[in-house]
Amino acid sequence: MAKVKALVLRTAGTNCDWETEYALKKAGAEAQRFHVHKLLGDRGLLKDYQILVLPGGFTYGDDISAGKILANILRFHLAEALEDFLQEGKLVIGICNGFQALVKSRLLPANENHLPKATLTFNDSNRFEDRWVHIRVCSSKSVYVEEGELLYLPVAHGEGKFVPRDDATIQRLKDSAQIVFRYVDEKGERAGYPHNPNGSVEDIAGICDSTGRILGMMPHPERYVEPYQHPSWARNGLDKEPDGLRLFLNAVRYAKKKLL
Amino acid sequence: MPVRIEVFQKENLPDRLGEAILSEVQALGIKGVREVRVVEVYLLEGSLSKDQLEKICSELLADTVVQDYAYDSHLPQRKGTQCHVIEVVRKPGVMDPVEATTLEGIADMGIKVDWVKRARKYLIQGELTREELETIASKILANNTIEDVFLETDSVPYERKASSYAFNKVSIPIREASPERLLEISGQRQLALNLEEMQAIQSYYQRIDREPTDIELETLAQTWSEHCMHKTLKGRIEYRKGHIEDKGEVVEVIDNLLESTIMRATRELKKPWCVSVFTDNAGIVEFDRDNNLCFKVETHNHPSALEPYGGANTGVGGVIRDILGCGLGAKPILNTDVFCFARPDLPYSHLPKGVLHPKRIFKGVVHGVADYGNRMGIPTVNGAIYFDDRYVANPLVFCGTVGLIPSNRCKKRVKPGDAILLVGGRTGRDGLHGATFSSSQLTEDSKALSGGAVQIGNPITEKKLLDVLLVARDKGLYNSITDCGAGGLSSAVGEMGKGTGAEVDLEKVPLKYSGLSYWEIWLSESQERMVLAVPSKHIEEIIKLFHSEDVEATVIGRFTDDKRLRLMYQGQEVGELDMNFLHKGLPRPMKKANWVLPNYPEPDLPKKRDYTEDLKRILSSWNVCSKEWVIRQYDHEVQGGCVLKPLQGIAHDGPGDASVATPVLGSHKGIIVSCGMNPKYGDIDPYHMAASAIDEALRQIISVGGDLERVALLDNFCWGNTNIPEQLGGLVRAALACYHMALYFGTPFISGKDSLNNEFRMDDTTMNIPPTLLISAMAVIEDVRKAVTMDAKEPGDLIYIVGLTKKELGGSHHYFIHGYVGSSVPEVDTHWAKKTMEALSRATRKGLVRACHDCSEGGLAVAAAEMSFAGGLGMELSLEKVPADGRINRDDVLLFSESNSRFLVEVRPQMASAFEKTLKGIPYGLLGRVKKETTFVIKDRYHRTLVHENIYNLKEAWQAPLSALGG
Repeated sequence: MAKVKALVLRTAGTNCDWETEYALKKAGAEAQRFHVHKLLGDRGLLKDYQILVLPGGFTYGDDISAGKILANILRFHLAEALEDFLQEGKLVIGICNGFQALVKSRLLPANENHLPKATLTFNDSNRFEDRWVHIRVCSSKSVYVEEGELLYLPVAHGEGKFVPRDDATIQRLKDSAQIVFRYVDEKGERAGYPHNPNGSVEDIAGICDSTGRILGMMPHPERYVEPYQHPSWARNGLDKEPDGLRLFLNAVRYAKKKLL
Repeated sequence: MPVRIEVFQKENLPDRLGEAILSEVQALGIKGVREVRVVEVYLLEGSLSKDQLEKICSELLADTVVQDYAYDSHLPQRKGTQCHVIEVVRKPGVMDPVEATTLEGIADMGIKVDWVKRARKYLIQGELTREELETIASKILANNTIEDVFLETDSVPYERKASSYAFNKVSIPIREASPERLLEISGQRQLALNLEEMQAIQSYYQRIDREPTDIELETLAQTWSEHCMHKTLKGRIEYRKGHIEDKGEVVEVIDNLLESTIMRATRELKKPWCVSVFTDNAGIVEFDRDNNLCFKVETHNHPSALEPYGGANTGVGGVIRDILGCGLGAKPILNTDVFCFARPDLPYSHLPKGVLHPKRIFKGVVHGVADYGNRMGIPTVNGAIYFDDRYVANPLVFCGTVGLIPSNRCKKRVKPGDAILLVGGRTGRDGLHGATFSSSQLTEDSKALSGGAVQIGNPITEKKLLDVLLVARDKGLYNSITDCGAGGLSSAVGEMGKGTGAEVDLEKVPLKYSGLSYWEIWLSESQERMVLAVPSKHIEEIIKLFHSEDVEATVIGRFTDDKRLRLMYQGQEVGELDMNFLHKGLPRPMKKANWVLPNYPEPDLPKKRDYTEDLKRILSSWNVCSKEWVIRQYDHEVQGGCVLKPLQGIAHDGPGDASVATPVLGSHKGIIVSCGMNPKYGDIDPYHMAASAIDEALRQIISVGGDLERVALLDNFCWGNTNIPEQLGGLVRAALACYHMALYFGTPFISGKDSLNNEFRMDDTTMNIPPTLLISAMAVIEDVRKAVTMDAKEPGDLIYIVGLTKKELGGSHHYFIHGYVGSSVPEVDTHWAKKTMEALSRATRKGLVRACHDCSEGGLAVAAAEMSFAGGLGMELSLEKVPADGRINRDDVLLFSESNSRFLVEVRPQMASAFEKTLKGIPYGLLGRVKKETTFVIKDRYHRTLVHENIYNLKEAWQAPLSALGG
C-alpha cells in the first residue's frame, strides 16, 4: 500500500525540520524536508504530498515580526498552490513559527476580508521561554486530536501570545469550534501564568480552520515522540505513548484513509 | 531624502518592552517617569508611490492587529512638555540584520527600495531633567560603543553615506628603526607586539632587503597574537616552585607548558577513541558506528565587556563555526554556556569608570547567547554562572558547542591548486584588530579605542550557511574548510595554506559597503564566514548549491605549492610573506613564573546549635541560587535530543547535574555534558582548584549515570596578567593539576583554549580576575534510558552519602557567607576518588540508583536540600554515619565541607543490600529517608536537630535572588 507523503517545508532560519521529519516518519509517513525555493521553482511539487508541515524555527530571524517574511511568501507567491492543496482536502500543520506564518499569511483564522483577524505577538513576560505546558483539546473539529484530550508538550517561543483583532473574531472562533487547544494546568483547568506561558487571549494555544484540516499550534508535538523526551520520565517511567506522536499518528491515519 | 516610517503598539494595548524599560528606569532611582513606549523606526530610500508605502507598512512592517503605523507628514506629534524622546541608532558600519531582512521582505512584494535604515525611538512620559534623560539613554537604552543617541529630536535626519577608498599601497619603514620607534609602530597600529617580536620582524625584512607593507605587519601581528598563537602556554617558562626542604629554592624551566602537561596526559593515555586532539578546530572522539563527536569551548571576554549582547552573540556564533569547520564540517547538536560576572546588585559607587554595570552585562550576555543559539536551532543544555566582584571589568563568557560528524568526514587536506572559496556573510569593518585586542589589557578607554573590535552577529546568515554546508560536505565537494574567526581571512587562509602556500585577490571579497582598504578586507572579523578549499572540478557545482539557498560563495584566490602567502589588490602585489616565517618566526621568550602560597588564615567560627539560617544563606548566595530565569530563555529542547534537561524534578525547577542528549534521533546512545569550575579555591591554590574542577565535571557525569570510561575533557584557562610571575605561577600549578588528574582518572583532554591578560587598568591601579579554569566534560552513555536525575523520587527511600568527607572548608560557601576564605581547600583524594566514582557507576548500571546529586558548593546540606525540594518531598537525615577522614567534631564541617568526589544517592529500601554490596570497600553511609511530609530535617550524631525547615521555604530562598532580578 502506498505511503502517506509529508512535506516539511524549510527556509532560512527553520530549525525544527529534522525532528519534525523524524516524528512524521515514526508515525508512518514518508517525510521529506525541502527548501521553499524548490517549491517556488516548481509549485506542482506540492501535488505529490498529502500533509504539509511548516515547522518551528526563526524564519528570516523573526526580523520585523515572527514568521512574517515566510507568511508573505505564502501569501504572495504560493497562495494558489496552497489553495489547490487545501481544495483536495489535504492537511496543513503549522507548529510554533509555522503557526505564526499561518496566522500572518491569514490562512488561520480563515480570511474573510483583507484585514488579518489575529496575530501571535510578544509574550507577556517579554522574553523567550522554554517550558512544558498542559493543553486541552476544546474542539471536536480537528482531525488531529480528540475533544477532551489532555496533552503535555513543550513550548519554546518569545512571540506566542494569541491576540484576536476584536471580540467578534473570538466569538466566531468559539462558535465554529475552531479553538483546538487551550493552555490549562495539570488538572485540565484554565489557569494563569506560567500554565498559560505567554498571556494568550482565552488561553489559546492552537486553532484550526473551519474544516479542521489546517492546524496551527504554539507547542511542539514533534519534541515529544519518544518516551524519554518527557521531562519527568525519570520519575514516572517510559510506558506512556508520547502525546506528540499521537497527533502525528492521527494525521497519517486520516491521510491514509481519506487521501490515498 | 528617505521616507521615515514609525511603527508602534496600539495606544489601548500594553507595551511590554516599554514596561520592562520603565521598571529599569525606576530601579535606577529615577522616579518621575510614568510611562515608556517604544517606536520602531524604518527609513527607506527609493522612489515609492503612496500605494507602495501603504503596502510596505500594512503588509510587512506593522502587525496591524496590535500595531499602528505612520509615515512622513503623518507622524504622530509629541503631546505636551512631559513627553521626552530618545532615539537610538546603530553607528554607521555596525551590522543590523533586520535591515537586510526588511530589504528582502520588500523585494518579495515586488517593490524596489535602495536602502533601509532602522532605529528605535523611546517616548518617555514624565517629569525628568536633561541629565536624567541622558542617564536613561546611556545606562539602559544605548551602548555608545555601537550606537548613537539623539535626545529630544522628533525626526532624526539620517543619510546614506557612501565612503570610497582610493588604493594606495603603504610601506612602513622598519629596517632602520630604533627600538623606541619599533614599539611606537606596534602601539600606533594596535599590533600588540613586544620589542623582541618587532625586532624579529625587523631582521626578517633586513634579510630580504625591503620594507614591510602595512598588510604584512598586520598579518604578522594577527598570527603572532596571544589569542592565535598561545605564546604563553606554548612558550618557555622559568618556574620557581618555592622553597622545598633540603633543596632550597627550586627552579625549573618548562618548555611549552601546554605540551608538557595537558597534551602530554592525552598522549600518555593513548585512548583509541580519541580521533583528533589539539590539531583541528575542535577535539574529535568516537561516538557510534557511523559518527564521531567534536567539542570546542571558546571564550569571548573582551568583546562582551564592551558590548555584552554583541560580544556574547558573536561568541556563540564563533564557536559554532569552529564546529562547522571541524574535520570537513560537523552538525552542531548542543551548546554550553558558562559566565563569570560581578554581583548583579553591585552598588554603582563600586563600579570602575568606563565599565558597564554587571547586571547590564549579565542581561545582555544572556540575551545575546539565547538569541544566537535559539535562532541557530541548537539547544543550550548545560552551563554555569559564577559571581565574584573581581570580574567587574573583565566578565568571562565561555561558549561551547558539540557537533556530530560522520566518521569518514573527519580528515581534511588542502591540495595545491584548490580554489579558495569564501562563503557566508559579507565583509565589513567589523572587529578589526579583534585578535590583537583580545590579547591586551582592558582600560577605562577601551571602549573608545576598540569600538571596531565589537561585532554584531546575524544568526540567520550562519544558519543558512550551516544548512547548505552539510549538503556540500556530504557530496564531497571540497577538500578542506576552516572558519573565519579572530584575524579573519588572514588567520583562516594563513592557517589553511600553511603547508602549501596561498594567493588571494582581495578585491574579489564581497563587501558590505565600499571604503575598505585592502588590509581591512584581509583582517576584518566580520561574522558568519567560512573558507573552503575546493578542487577546480567542483567549483561550479558548489557555488550553484550555495546560491540555491541564498548563501554567497566567491572564489577569492587559490592555494599554491610555493609555501608563500601572496596578497593581491587590483593586480598589484600588496603583501608577500614566507609561510615558514609567518608561522615559525615568532621568538619564544622566557617568562617568569613564581608560586607563593597565599596566606589566608583558617577561621574558627563559633559552633551553633542550629544551621538552618546558614543553609538558607548559602542557598540564596549568587553562586548557588537557581538559574532558572536564565535557563528558560534558552531553547534546550530543539532538535528533540534532550533527555535529561537542565531543570529537573516534580515541578521541573531543580538543578540537574549534567545534561544528557541523544544526537541521533531514535537511537538510545547518548552523550553527557558537564562542567566544573571554582575560582574561590584558586585564591588558595590553583592546583587544587584545577583538580577540583575536574572532579566536579566528572562527578556530574557519574551522577547522571555515566562512567569514567569514555570521558573527554576540555580546558579553558582565563587568567589575569601572566607577565606577573605570581599570576603565571598559579597558571603553571593549575596546568600541572590538569596533567596529574587527567592521568589519574584516565580522562584525556581533547581541546582547550586560553584567554590571558584579563586585567583592568584604571589610573594607577590594576585589577586581575581570580584565576579561572573551566573544565568541560563530555561522555558517551550507551543507553540514555538508564540515566538518573537528581530529584528525590518517593517517600521511604533511603538516602546515602557516598565518598569521604574531610575538614575542607577553605574557599567554601560556608566560609564565604561568613566573610572568610580559609586555607583548607578541598583536594582530590587520589586513593578514593576514582574508586568511589567507579563503584557508583556500577550501582547505577545495575539500576540500583533512583536519584543522585553531587556535593559541590555548600556540601552535603545544600545537595540534600536541593534533592528534597526538587522532588517535592521532605527528608529526615542524620550526620551520624557520614564517613569522615579522621574524627570530625564540628557539625558545620559535616554539613558544608566541600570535599570532592562525594554524592548523595537515593535507593529503594528493597535495593539497599544490593547497593551496599556494590559499594563494598568504598566509604559510604546511610543518612536517612525521604519523607512524604514537606519538612527537611538534619540531625547531629546525638539526634539533636541542626536543620529544620519546610522544603518550600528552602526552595524560595534558593529561587529568590534571580527572580528578583527578573524582568
